[in-house]
Amino acid sequence: MKQFMLAALAASTILSGATLAFAQDKSLTIESWRNDDLTIWQEKLIPAFEKAHPGIKVTFAPSAPTEYNAALNAKLDAGSAGDLITCRPFDASLDLFNKGQLADLTSLPGMENFSPVAKSAWSTDDGSKTFCVPMASVIHGFIYNKDAFDQLGIAVPKTEAEFFAALDKIKADGNYIPLAMGTKDLWEAATMGYQNIGPNYWKGEDGRKALIEGKQKLTDADWVEPLKTLAKWKPYLGDGFEAQAYPDSQNLFTLGRAAIYPAGSWEISQFNSQAQFKMGAFPPPVKNAGDTCYISDHNDIGIGLNAKSPNQDAAKTFLSWVASPEFATIYANALPGFFSLSNTPVKMEDPLAQEFVSWREQCKPTIRSTYQVLSRGTPNLENETWVESANVINGTETAEQAADKLQKGLDGWYKPGAAK
Amino acid sequence: MTQAPAPARRPFRWHIPVLLAPAVLVYSAIMILPLFGTLQLSLFRNVEGVRTFVGLANFQTLFGDARWSASFWNALWNNTWFFIIHMVVQNPIGVALAALLSSPRLRFAAFYRTAIFIPTILSFVIVGFVWKLILSPLWGVAPNLLDLVGLKSLFTPWLGKEEYALTTLGLISVWQFVGIPMMLIYAALLSIPDEVIEAAELDGVTGWSQFWKIKLPLILPSIGIISILTFVGNFNAFDLIYSAQGALAGPNYSTDILGTFLYRTFFGFQLQSGDPYMGSTIASMMFVIILAGVCVYLFAVQTRLRRYQF
Repeated sequence: MKQFMLAALAASTILSGATLAFAQDKSLTIESWRNDDLTIWQEKLIPAFEKAHPGIKVTFAPSAPTEYNAALNAKLDAGSAGDLITCRPFDASLDLFNKGQLADLTSLPGMENFSPVAKSAWSTDDGSKTFCVPMASVIHGFIYNKDAFDQLGIAVPKTEAEFFAALDKIKADGNYIPLAMGTKDLWEAATMGYQNIGPNYWKGEDGRKALIEGKQKLTDADWVEPLKTLAKWKPYLGDGFEAQAYPDSQNLFTLGRAAIYPAGSWEISQFNSQAQFKMGAFPPPVKNAGDTCYISDHNDIGIGLNAKSPNQDAAKTFLSWVASPEFATIYANALPGFFSLSNTPVKMEDPLAQEFVSWREQCKPTIRSTYQVLSRGTPNLENETWVESANVINGTETAEQAADKLQKGLDGWYKPGAAK
Repeated sequence: MTQAPAPARRPFRWHIPVLLAPAVLVYSAIMILPLFGTLQLSLFRNVEGVRTFVGLANFQTLFGDARWSASFWNALWNNTWFFIIHMVVQNPIGVALAALLSSPRLRFAAFYRTAIFIPTILSFVIVGFVWKLILSPLWGVAPNLLDLVGLKSLFTPWLGKEEYALTTLGLISVWQFVGIPMMLIYAALLSIPDEVIEAAELDGVTGWSQFWKIKLPLILPSIGIISILTFVGNFNAFDLIYSAQGALAGPNYSTDILGTFLYRTFFGFQLQSGDPYMGSTIASMMFVIILAGVCVYLFAVQTRLRRYQF
């Protein structure tokens, strides 16, 4: 009897196992550096997808932003990476595609929803092949404490002179730290500082392309000027800004202790939930009133397909959904500050996000100058820019010295025109 | 003449290799093989996507290329300074603490011993984070504490200044690890037999002169061991700098030591993609430096140390 029971048990286990295997869902794993977005993926995006596509289970598995590239490369080499890969813009992803680790998505249904500019960050240099679905861009500007501005009677600065006059006024009042930024983490100085205000000086795409073509150098006035302006920020930063890290800056601003925050639009959702005061935003001030303004509207996030994934079809279904307007709407509203790159306009509710995206109409957008082509070699221009921007603000180097070092580093490996 | 029977050949003692095998195998697999793998990798380079043997060309780049060599020498000097801080601050304090602890009249010795040793068992990440908070100019307790004693003007954002950052990190590391020399010296001091001390006292050697003339020579071998442990530990250091300053070891690479330089090169950072070949070259240099240091100690110092047997 006992043996019969055992046999029956064993048989039922095998049978149920078999049925399970038969009906088993395809499961997809997404590699990402956006660990801040975990809840949005788990609560909004993934359920919306799984509802429309029963039979595919999706897991969002993020890692720390600074470790993402290294970790992803290691995982891809070892063959243990997830099915879907969140793509950094430009060379990091292009490398993966050239190594055959990202699949070609040029003919993916849904790709027609994106303009060539939107796809530029994830296409081959000649634009013929695209390997990631563009998800979002981020826009740089300044977020300010509206209550503080009202209290001190400051109007939103439009020109650089007005900007520094406002900073002087805030400093003289003494209740607020004028600018919430630190140099400890280095990248704040470069990304929130240099790449934020820079496009107005080097005239956006014109300057960026001229630099890649070798028609301009980093030692030209257009490129040194933003560093000089950055150096002028020093007296307006908080006490001990040299040891102020990125989260410190965020907290200084959201606690209402600082008046202006040099920002990237990705801050919006976190600031909305933390700040107890009204916030506004303004684009980087131009030199003279009436000048054309340029903003950094940087293609930041895409998503691609691990070429070695065993679930190619399911993954492609998911990617087509990511390319759809449905995803764009959910994503842009769940994460105000990450702006859809899709051709179909997306309705957004958040006023701060609307403010940011409205600059797309007044100003000419460009992407960060160091990202395309110029960070392919060693020394890496982006990383050097972090270090040098921080040096300039710390006052340990002049703008000219910094520009000189950057150009020398670039000359060390980059021959304009040779890069194809 | 009766000859003693030839001693029976001792049977081969199989239990020795058998008992040694697991350790030898595991150690070879996870330490020795990767070490040689790294040394080998440093002789190759990625040429057009193919791994190509290039001899010592990577070393030529590391020392010949102005940028690479500047980074390398900067890291090496910073590392040396890091080591000097440990030798000058950590080890004397460790010896002094051990001398105090071994004093028979000290009360609560066990408590002090434990309290001083505790930071050693903390994770680097915790130590880095806690000290970043303590020294933070915004929320830290350091500015307030200095303010209490009227020395606020002495406070600067130490971790953010090129001239102070590395020394500050060195001192944090000293704070964390001072327990190790203390324990080793403490054990050495305890092992000095009472007769020696008694004899010294009969000869009128007491107090400080007893420490300098009797105890210190007896614990010199332990101090030697500590020095070499400090050397190896410092030239392998990475964690504290990485957790407190990040992989770019700012400001302006002023806290860049060989470990962080290796990490950045090998694994890449942000837009910089990793280069395992140059990374291995740096790792090989670290191996050579540590090996040279240990050899100097073994052949030049240790052989001259007098050992006393009781």
